[in-house]
Amino acid sequence: MTFEFIVGHINYWLFIVLMMTGLYIVVSKGNLVKKIVGLNIFQTSVFMFYISVGKITGGTAPIFPLDMNVDPDVVYSNPLPHVLILTAIVVGVATTALGLALIVRIREEYGTIEEDDILDIERKVASDENRLHGEAMGGRA
Amino acid sequence: MQHHLILRVVTKLLCGAIILYAFYVQFHGDYSPGGGFQAGVIMAVAFIAYGVVFGLDAVQKVLPAWVVHKLAALGVLVYSMTGVVSLFLGYAFLDYGAFSPHHPSHGQHWGILAVELGVGITVTGVMVTIYYAFASRIPRITDEEW
Amino acid sequence: MATETSHHVAMTLHDHLPMLQVLIPFIASPLIVLMGARGGLSWLIAFVASLASFIVSIVLLMEVIDGGFISYAIGGWAPPLGIEYRVDAANAFMLFLISGISTIVLPFAYESVKAEISAKHHTLFYSCYLLCFTGLLGVVITGDAFNVFVFLEISSLSTYALIATGAERDKRALTAAYDYLVMGTIGATFFVIGIGFLYMATGTLNMADLAERIADQENNRTIKAAFAFILVGMGLKVAIYPLHLWLPNSYTYAPSAITAFLAATATKAAIYVILRFTFSVFQPSFQFEVYALEFIILPLAVLAMFAASFIAVFQSDLKRMLAYSSIAQIGYMLLGIALLNSTGLTGSIVHLFNHGITKAVLFMGVGALVLRSGSSFYSRIRGMGRVMPITGAAMVVGGLSLIGVPGTAGFISKWELVQATLERGWWPLAFLIAASSLLAVIYVWRFVEVLYLHEPAYGADHREAPLTMLVPIWIMALACIYFGFATEITLGAARTAADGLLAGTTGMLESVTSTEAGH
Repeated sequence: MTFEFIVGHINYWLFIVLMMTGLYIVVSKGNLVKKIVGLNIFQTSVFMFYISVGKITGGTAPIFPLDMNVDPDVVYSNPLPHVLILTAIVVGVATTALGLALIVRIREEYGTIEEDDILDIERKVASDENRLHGEAMGGRA
Repeated sequence: MQHHLILRVVTKLLCGAIILYAFYVQFHGDYSPGGGFQAGVIMAVAFIAYGVVFGLDAVQKVLPAWVVHKLAALGVLVYSMTGVVSLFLGYAFLDYGAFSPHHPSHGQHWGILAVELGVGITVTGVMVTIYYAFASRIPRITDEEW
Repeated sequence: MATETSHHVAMTLHDHLPMLQVLIPFIASPLIVLMGARGGLSWLIAFVASLASFIVSIVLLMEVIDGGFISYAIGGWAPPLGIEYRVDAANAFMLFLISGISTIVLPFAYESVKAEISAKHHTLFYSCYLLCFTGLLGVVITGDAFNVFVFLEISSLSTYALIATGAERDKRALTAAYDYLVMGTIGATFFVIGIGFLYMATGTLNMADLAERIADQENNRTIKAAFAFILVGMGLKVAIYPLHLWLPNSYTYAPSAITAFLAATATKAAIYVILRFTFSVFQPSFQFEVYALEFIILPLAVLAMFAASFIAVFQSDLKRMLAYSSIAQIGYMLLGIALLNSTGLTGSIVHLFNHGITKAVLFMGVGALVLRSGSSFYSRIRGMGRVMPITGAAMVVGGLSLIGVPGTAGFISKWELVQATLERGWWPLAFLIAASSLLAVIYVWRFVEVLYLHEPAYGADHREAPLTMLVPIWIMALACIYFGFATEITLGAARTAADGLLAGTTGMLESVTSTEAGH
């Protein structure tokens, strides 16, 4: 692993750092909104990964001239990853909106958005149910 | 926001310009960067800005919640109906050549305009719906939480 | 191509079938919202769309059952560049399952949804349901790797919303939906990363094209990484044993009709994606894949068969018990895939179908019980089998099929799996399949005992379920028995599908019914 190799793949290093940061936030934070933020960072890392894949050194914007006389010497960047990522971004926005909407509803029902408090409430509900209906095993609560 | 005179005046001035810009991005999308997604979001921004400054009731007088829901659905239908029309003309789904059989590149223009219009309407509808959905919830914040 | 029109031959309705399969529910969904259709009308639109889609899937299945395939180029852009819908025996069979289940669950849903969800939400509920249905069909039918992700997210996002509608009965539906959202998104994003690596290494997204180019560069580390990401990502959606944490709560707290639909179709569509990627896109000759399947998926499948069944035995809530049983049954399907031979793959595909109809009976039965008794806890449904004899009898049939008693659909697929293990000479696995079926006997017996051997609970509604529920439940129950005897339909289709999948790319190149004729 030479220095050139490491610097030359800077986009992949950043992708990995962002991805791991996002995943770590999702796993470690107890606040539901922060988890969604983590999820966003995680998804953003993938957007960056795709777009950096589409870049070709010295490539220009992939727009052909109107008369369609394409100069063979001109290098064009690959536009396809950008298009794919446009779709993925929309999916990301939808996921975020839905996640936040769920959090709003969770707060209305539970009165908190801290995972520990929610788990406490759910455990209490579950233990009440168990007393009523017999012991259950497994599951989250 | 009753006292923020500058904000109120500037927002009123900007709203029209933002909507105009949204239409530009929408209909110039096949020649320059832009298109339905961007135009839809810009259009939604005009209404959201109005709502943020003047309150939810004011913006819902202009654009009631039920209209926004219908808009979101209408856009998807415009998109898919474009495909259905090409289907009925004997071409593949979303084959824009169908709209101008003797001059396919014109057909491409018509097709992309219709599809992007659908995308724009849906994105406007969805973005404003999201804003309405969150803004219409009255948070029960107690004194201790401040 | 779209730019040539000189001799365009008009396409007929018949050519458009692959598109209509997905398009009909997709158009019906916004139509419901636009019309502002109230309860009954929105249900009717959803049902008609689902029925039309089902009919299309039957025609498609008839066409490809002999081993051919149909290719449909969206927008007229020819396949390697444009997005392609490709119907072959494997996915026609899946389309048949998904649209069939949806068409039968919807009549059941009418009463169930009316009881469980307040009337003002019905319009959006059915709209969401159709979107979910569209997404699942799209995941199965498409021949473009990135398109799989798009449809997967369409179905997933609407699934999260549908699960959250269960919050009117139990607020834990919200946290269940949130958990599923977080895990499902991580899974889908892993899948996209995998697709990104594949695109980096091959420069194409069309599955058939991918398969050819991957075959040339087996030791490419990018491709190995892609396989790992895709397997883990879809594994989350499938609920492979240690990745199953979202499933029990989602199935327990979702509205009954949604649970019945999801349990029978959603995880199955995800398994189909794994099948498609492990056998069509990546080839079984890809050594890395063989290791992954034999040393990771196989032990996990066996673990799922035992651990999840074991947990199911100790549940006190029928719905949650069935959810854990689903995780165990997913283990069987993965086992069939990991065996990497034709019989195992056939068993896996047949089990996918048989378990789909079995779980549809059971979850619809639970829905009927919930309608009358108000809860799915054992203590609340005590003796309901005597009060609701017709529903109870159907649930017993479903239970027998879940165990795999001869004469039911469940037996056929487990028998096929046992044969596949013996073909590979791994006879201990055959014993393990039998042993885990014994665990199924215990948990099925527990609910049968609760239903029949107790006095009916005081205060429950002592009426049989309404006819709109009984008919769908019994159609599925009879299907469980029918497919236990008439095996040539399921086994035949599954064999063609398995052979097609194992044959890999060689059969994928020339098209039988080319729909781009004249372009």
